[in-house]
Amino acid sequence: MTAVVDVVAMACLLAGAFLCLTAGLGLVRFPDVLSRMHAGTKPQVLGVLLVMVGAAIRLEGWSNAWMLLLVAAFQLLTAPVSAHMISRVAYRRRHVRRDLLLVDEFDAPAPADRLYLGDEPGDAPPEDPAVAVAEHVVDEGPPAGAPRG
Amino acid sequence: MNATRSPLRLRHQLPLLAWLVLVWMLLWGTLSWANLLSGAAVALLVTLLLPLPHVVGGTRVRPLPLLAFLGHFVADLVVSGAQVAWLALRPGGRRLSAIVRVQLRTDSDLLLTMLAEALSLVPGSLVLDLDREERTITIHLLHVRDRAHVERERADVLVVEERLVRAFGSAQDVAALERGPVRPGPAVEGPAR
Repeated sequence: MTAVVDVVAMACLLAGAFLCLTAGLGLVRFPDVLSRMHAGTKPQVLGVLLVMVGAAIRLEGWSNAWMLLLVAAFQLLTAPVSAHMISRVAYRRRHVRRDLLLVDEFDAPAPADRLYLGDEPGDAPPEDPAVAVAEHVVDEGPPAGAPRG
Repeated sequence: MNATRSPLRLRHQLPLLAWLVLVWMLLWGTLSWANLLSGAAVALLVTLLLPLPHVVGGTRVRPLPLLAFLGHFVADLVVSGAQVAWLALRPGGRRLSAIVRVQLRTDSDLLLTMLAEALSLVPGSLVLDLDREERTITIHLLHVRDRAHVERERADVLVVEERLVRAFGSAQDVAALERGPVRPGPAVEGPAR
């Protein structure tokens, strides 16, 4: 009986670790920030959950199990929120591969940042650096990121 | 903060207090009076020092739809984890993604929050933006093949919304589901840009 339980626990731990590995791989291999955030949320959350299940089986005793349950609950609650915050900033800063977008229906309430600061990644050039830079030079008034009328 | 509103405040804070005490007890891992009392003290201290606006709008929990929602959610979580893992592992190739705006039907802060959380964990979608007035949600889809696929994903969002509202929504929210998507208020001219 204990052997079966051990096998289940090991399977959970290994599968969880593997999923976390694929999350890391996805972070490296996906083309832009938005896609990378997918890797940072889904396989990673599932991986952590599986590791928690495996650990809860292996570590007998309820006090450990409760702690693991809390870890799982907060993981589920917080991972989407942080991914959302990062994606939003990435969208505004144009760290988006528009050539890989089939549809883009997001008309942001405030116009996306048009300031070209040169820190855009090489794989996501701003739509038109010349225009953005020219705009920046012409009106030096509003601070960076302020919505323009 | 005045005297007339304090009972109301307390009633709205009770679930939060209960949750904080529960977290405290789970952290200690043992059920005892000492933990219960110290947890209550800490919870009161936290809610007094860091007051939060209370969540407006009544919700009710229906057990059967809740089970259905949770079942689908766990299944979706496993499927999406496996899907994204496979996309991360499989050999190269050009992949298309999409940013889609979906018109929602529910009009409750709490439900919209839960929906956004749930959507971020189900296959293929990541919440970019939630427009409270227009009731639209903007999601990023990791992998789409063509337009038809985009439309399918859009329908999936509405299905998740429906399950969630049936599990937690008030009678009004459920009725709003059946009315279908309506843009609130008169159509406004696009905001001046």
